[in-house]
Amino acid sequence: MTRKQRRSLFIGGGLAVLGLSAFLILSALNDSIVFFYSPTDVAQKHVQTGQRFRLGGLVSDGSFKRLNDTDVEFEIGDGNRALKVTYSGLLPDLFREGQGVVAEGALDPSGRFIADTVLAKHDENYMPREVAESLKKQGVWQGANAQPKQAAR
Amino acid sequence: MIVEVGHFALILAFAVACLQSGAVIWSLWSGNDDPRSLTTPAALAQFFLLLLSFLVLVHAYVVSDFSVENVWANSHSAKPLIYKISGSWGNHEGSMLLWVLILGLFGAAVALFGNNLPARLKSSVLGVQGLIGVAFLAFIMTTSNPFVRLSPAPFEGQGLNPILQDPALAFHPPLLYTGYVGFSMAFSFAIAALIEGHIGAAWARWVRPWTLAAWMFLTIGIAIGSWWAYYELGWGGWWFWDPVENASFMPWLAGTALLHSAVVMEKRDALKVWTILLAIITFALSLMGTFLVRSGVLTSVHSFATDPARGVFILAIIALFTGGAFTLFAWRAPLLRQGARFAPISREGSLVFNNFVLMIVCAAVLIGTLYPLALDALTGDKISVGPPYFNAVFVPLALALLAVMPFGPFLPWKRGSLADTAKRLRVPALLAAAAFVITLVLEPNGSLLAALGMAIGVWLMSGALAETAFRLKAFAAPWAEVRRRASNLPRASYGAMIAHFGLGVVVLGIVATSSWRAERILSMQPGQTIPFAGYELTFGKLASREGPNYRETFGNFELRKNGKLVTLLSPSKRQYVAPPTATTEAAIHASWAGDFYLVIGETGQSKTSSLAVRLYFHPLVRLIWIGAFIMFLGGALSLSDRRLRVGAPRRRAVSPAPPATAGRAS
Repeated sequence: MTRKQRRSLFIGGGLAVLGLSAFLILSALNDSIVFFYSPTDVAQKHVQTGQRFRLGGLVSDGSFKRLNDTDVEFEIGDGNRALKVTYSGLLPDLFREGQGVVAEGALDPSGRFIADTVLAKHDENYMPREVAESLKKQGVWQGANAQPKQAAR
Repeated sequence: MIVEVGHFALILAFAVACLQSGAVIWSLWSGNDDPRSLTTPAALAQFFLLLLSFLVLVHAYVVSDFSVENVWANSHSAKPLIYKISGSWGNHEGSMLLWVLILGLFGAAVALFGNNLPARLKSSVLGVQGLIGVAFLAFIMTTSNPFVRLSPAPFEGQGLNPILQDPALAFHPPLLYTGYVGFSMAFSFAIAALIEGHIGAAWARWVRPWTLAAWMFLTIGIAIGSWWAYYELGWGGWWFWDPVENASFMPWLAGTALLHSAVVMEKRDALKVWTILLAIITFALSLMGTFLVRSGVLTSVHSFATDPARGVFILAIIALFTGGAFTLFAWRAPLLRQGARFAPISREGSLVFNNFVLMIVCAAVLIGTLYPLALDALTGDKISVGPPYFNAVFVPLALALLAVMPFGPFLPWKRGSLADTAKRLRVPALLAAAAFVITLVLEPNGSLLAALGMAIGVWLMSGALAETAFRLKAFAAPWAEVRRRASNLPRASYGAMIAHFGLGVVVLGIVATSSWRAERILSMQPGQTIPFAGYELTFGKLASREGPNYRETFGNFELRKNGKLVTLLSPSKRQYVAPPTATTEAAIHASWAGDFYLVIGETGQSKTSSLAVRLYFHPLVRLIWIGAFIMFLGGALSLSDRRLRVGAPRRRAVSPAPPATAGRAS
């Protein structure tokens, strides 16, 4: 094999692998990104039944119901609209009415959100960033407890 | 008063770092004499000042001096002592101080042990280290000063987030930071080499121990972090492809590539430009990791108190260092003479393949991590890229890399033959095939991919052993000959074997636990027994007790196997006093076959006495962390190789050699 052939083998092989990986990355991205919507977005964008997305907002006061030990029902609202959510599993420690929450799942035909994951954060004061932004858009959240540390200065 | 001493030491360290880097820049600019009479003492002074500053902060935590805002915000007098100490780096300001302390430690290590380096190179390295110190000390002093006082001093602190009050989390940040910051050494050496305008095998030999040390600590740091997430978060997972995890995984991938390309450079004087580029990329990714974790631009399961000003500052540091480094690279890299040629099928070729795939994986992780950020900035759409993406990309690429990995160490330098190598890998191939068949027989419902994964784990482990056996001529030569060879084989070679073996162990753990994990959520009545994963679990009753700074409600469970009591499990819900936070504590019964993992749901909510429980069985999950520890040990053994410590033979005199330790050629 001449030097030139060898070099083209290197470059050709490299490009082939690179192309394959780029294809892999792009198709995986296409298939697996999950959009974040607030209840208002869900109403406006006519989200399809069965399409996975993340729903974020505040757990509406007085909406939490325990159906049995493992199944729960609550509403996620953004001050404008609210969506009924059912979830089967153990709720995170910081799940509370009036607190920010992000749930992942899909709508069922009746328009109810079936969550398979409910995310909560480690920090009491923490507001999921997307929730905070969508609440600001709706004018609900004033950022009252955003930076409690700074208050001491 | 003591606190002010720490504060002044910090400011003084900044001044010393300015002096240290300034002297080098001045000498380069003016072409003056080498400034080593200044840089070496400056690096040592910087380290001792930072150490003093850090100890003062730890002292403030130990004595609970709440007049220091940082202590007030993150500590509490009722906290156990170990968490008072670890609390000093369990927060942003303190952890950044730890970051620069470790930077100072590496600088001091070069100053002390770098006597075999050419004086000019040593000064340049210390100059770049000093410059990194300047940037991060400025960052600490302007945006994250841990020594800010409060007046009047509060009576009690706010406490540390309870989930951070954990032994694994006490060690996780120092280990991880040693890894991150350790790559700054490779970076400084790369910049120094670009300034010098030439580089060779000796350079690779100087850089390798630093890179290896950084890699070891990053490996074990990531492993401990994953272990902590596994048992503390109560989600039963060990890796979530969370941005914060990816932030530490990317430098690991690039660092692993760097470690391997440096081998090629050391042995064959090839891949010079690439190695320099990798050194820059690895440190840039370490900086980006710091940025992603500290700025809060990405939504993460790990939340940290964040502040936009900090994010912008770190972003500026990244732009400055990577931008500067790449500019220097574009300008000076053409000066570096390319080295020896090699055929595609050769040791070099296999290491190029290793680097190539590792960097593609790294790029895929980077894209997945930053894509939500880019899309948000461009279109305002909020998305998340979750485990499905990372698994879809990572698994095939990793399988491709791992499947050919055992070939590499068998191939000779320059030119090799696949057929010869394949012949030497007969036994590992047979074992792997056996593992494949056995897995399918034992788990007929398992996927082919799972069986393939188990086969690859066995392939890696036996391949690593076969390589050493081949070098020793075990089973082929007389015993005396094998023993002679065993004592002559360099420790770095054993280290590589052990690290590769450890990776095989990790693969087994990952494949087994992802493929055959069992999970069940149900509600249990007191006295009820349920079968799960070959065990019988009986729920006794709920009870509560007081801890040092929390109160917990726990379930009494009995775990039996074939009617015989195995252990008692008491998973709990804790309510901490300061800060008032609830946490879930999982109960785990570990065995060789796997972990029985038990979490309880909300207590006292339902009107009946039943309790929601979540059960997991994670087969072979311990192998993930055991394997990572084996990799760490392999790195440590390799690091103890005296060829690495003594340094390279001096083939060309770069500058008048200092009359220090005589380097023995090996």
